[in-house]
This record gives sequence, structure tokens and C-alpha cells, in this order.
Amino acid sequence: MDRNSNTYTFIYASVMVILVAALLSFAAISLKPDQQKNIDIETKQNILASVNIETDAANAEKIYSERIVNTYVVNSKGEKVDGEAFTVNMKKEHSKPVEERVLPVFECEIDGTTKYILPLYGAGLWGPIWGYIALDNDMNTVYGANFAHQGETPGLGAEISTKGFQSQFKGKKIFDENGALTSIVVAKSNESAPAGHKVDAISGGTITSKGLQNMLQHDFEAYQAFFKQKKSERQ
Amino acid sequence: MSDRESLFSKKNLSLLSGPMNSNNPITVQVLGICSALAVTAQLKPAIVMAISVTLVVAFANVIISVLRNTIPNRIRIIVQLVVIAALVILVDQVLKAYVYDVSKQLSVFVGLIITNCILMGRLEAFALGNRPWPSFLDGIGNGAGYGAILVIVGIFREILGSGSLMGVRIIPESWYIANGGFYSNNGMMILPPMALVTVGVIIWVQRSKNRKLIED
Repeated sequence: MDRNSNTYTFIYASVMVILVAALLSFAAISLKPDQQKNIDIETKQNILASVNIETDAANAEKIYSERIVNTYVVNSKGEKVDGEAFTVNMKKEHSKPVEERVLPVFECEIDGTTKYILPLYGAGLWGPIWGYIALDNDMNTVYGANFAHQGETPGLGAEISTKGFQSQFKGKKIFDENGALTSIVVAKSNESAPAGHKVDAISGGTITSKGLQNMLQHDFEAYQAFFKQKKSERQ
Repeated sequence: MSDRESLFSKKNLSLLSGPMNSNNPITVQVLGICSALAVTAQLKPAIVMAISVTLVVAFANVIISVLRNTIPNRIRIIVQLVVIAALVILVDQVLKAYVYDVSKQLSVFVGLIITNCILMGRLEAFALGNRPWPSFLDGIGNGAGYGAILVIVGIFREILGSGSLMGVRIIPESWYIANGGFYSNNGMMILPPMALVTVGVIIWVQRSKNRKLIED
């Protein structure tokens, strides 16, 4: 057959594309379980990192099952609803109105006290940012935080995923003395902000910093009823 | 075929050794520079990248060489690209499944193997006109030549930039200023510009050893 004819070229291209597609689909499907397992382990490592527990891929699952004593999902009224906290798709939940959202909560035992870990999801400059923030059982003091991002600029916005930035959050308060939600302000050092509620923003990463601040504010608002309920349980 | 030459004849071996020195893809042909700057801040991703590129270029060479008499001339570049892309996606999927942390470090650069000029260069210049076995050796040789430079650059950048090698600490903690010592890591080494300078130094050393490479 003439190798330069149109028919030959068409047949050649079609057969090649079908073969390659079949091969790649097969590879994608057969490797999927292993890939998902890696992603789950990473999520567990991130959850544990928000309560300042360092893990590696090998021991993350074991430590997670020891330390995370309880997980559940609540709605915006603070009532427990059916669902698995670990598998909640944060991106999907954030496209719904607050009333319909399910809000995951992870309870972690540290030195005999319970820390409440809440997942966060928001927008940075180039793409989504997300993370976990751990609160003491007074539902006010931040115990630790962990942030990650999809494609923030390395050296600028991407600094939110560094220890140095995240360690600033420890000990900050999210409610003021009157019990109103003030969240945490991510601002330049010369900007004024309520004491105990401010962390230093990243120089050159203003939009990511503000996105992070909005993410905290927005997600804390959704959990307000849950916070209130936990506070009244303690009194 | 009576004129069949032995598998490791002198000519075939030169396909392996050539890219290591006088025909190196990075330092002589100046191909694949982008990835050489991007993945060499540490040694481990540099090694994984070197292995991935070697595998992809070797097998892409073999596949194209096997198909060379059937490929319609007008779509040969597209066929080459499909073969490369399919292999790269396979490598990416395997890395994600078995070495997840490395795959995260390499991030987009695995996908960018597709655009690595070495691959298209070897397929077009060699595999289309040669038998599978020499093409395989040519792929391995060029991958290794590329990988050797990556590893050398990676070693320098990780030691000087992070004070470690393969994640193992080389420079003692007590030397650091933070611990009362006199030493500090060179932050520039982690950034791509210093990779370019390092590659430049390697080219300089290579040309001063191998006078053939010096142009008039």
C-alpha cells in the first residue's frame, strides 16, 4: 500500500490512537488504587501536621489511627449528620450554600486534651489553597495549622506551606473578648489589627495572604454554631 | 542476514559512549536545559528524572525504529509525539503510584519530558533511520549522558544549597551560624540561575579537557 496515500495515513493514525488510548486507560485503572492510597496518606500527614505531629509516609496511617480518636461531620447548625469526615470533597462542599454544606471535624487527643481539627478550603492567587487548622477545646485558641496550595508562586505565595509561616498561628485567638468572631488577620507588620489575632503576611504574596485570611474567616463562620455548642458543653 | 554485526560492536558501543562526552546532549548539543535547571536542586529528583528520561527515550527510540518503515511520512512528527506522550504518561502514573513524594517534587516536569528536545531530536535524527537495537543503545546513551550532567549538577546544588546529599546531612549541624558555627548554606544554589552557572562550569571543564569541542 502506498505509504503516502490519504487512506493509509488516516487508518494509521486511527489505529495508533485507539491502541494508545486502550493502553493508557488500562494503566490508569490498574494503578488507581495505589495512587489513591498515596493521596490518602498525604491527607493524613497534613491533618497530623496541623497538630504539630511530624510523620512520614510509612508511619502516618498508624499514628493517624492512634491519635485521631473521633471524626464526624456537622451541618451549619452544629448538628451531627451522616457522613465520613475523611472523604468529604471540600471543593464540592464549598460550591454549595452554607446551610447545605457538611462540615468535617477531626478530634485529636494530645496530652489528655482534645484538639479539634477543621479542614479549610479557599482561593489563592493562581488556584485553590487548602489546609487544616487545629483549635484547643476552648474553641478559641489555635493549636496549629497546616496549609497547602496547588500552584502559588514559589518563594512568594507558596510560602504558606512552610513551617515558618504556619507556626505563627499557634496561640492566636479567633474570638474577641466579647465572643464575636474576629478570625485571624493576615497583614503586613505595619498594619494595625486586634492583638492576638494577627499573623504576618508574606511579602510579595499579598493576594495569597488575603486569600488565606478570607478562607479562615469564611470557614470559621460556617462552624460558628458548632463552636457555640462545644463551648456551652464545657460550661 | 550475513552482514549482521555483533550486538556490542565498536560502532554500537560508540552510540553509548558518544553522548557521555563529545556528543553530550546538554553540554554539547545544549538540549534539555530547561529540565536540567528545574529538577536539580536536590540529588534524588535529579536521579529519578534521569532514569525516567532514559527509559522514555530508549523505548521511544525502539518503538519508532520498529515502526520506521510503516510510518506515513507526512504525520511522522505526530506519531513520534504520540509515542513519547504515551510513554511519559505511563512513567508519570507509575511514579504517582509507587514513589509519590518524588512524583510530587517533580510535579509538572515529568509531563514536560514530552517537550524535552532530546527525545524528538533522537527520534528524528536516529531512530527513523536505524534498526531497533542501535536505536535502543542510542537512547540509553543519550539518556545517560543527560542523566550524568543532572546528577553532577544535583550533587553540587544539594551539598552547597542544603548541606545534605540524598536528604542525608553532609555538613555538620554544629558548623551553622544558627548553632554558633561559621557556615551558612548558599541560598542561591537552590535557585535555577545557579544550575545554569553550574552547567556552564561543567561545559568549561569539559571543553578544556576535550579540545575537539572548541570552535574556532
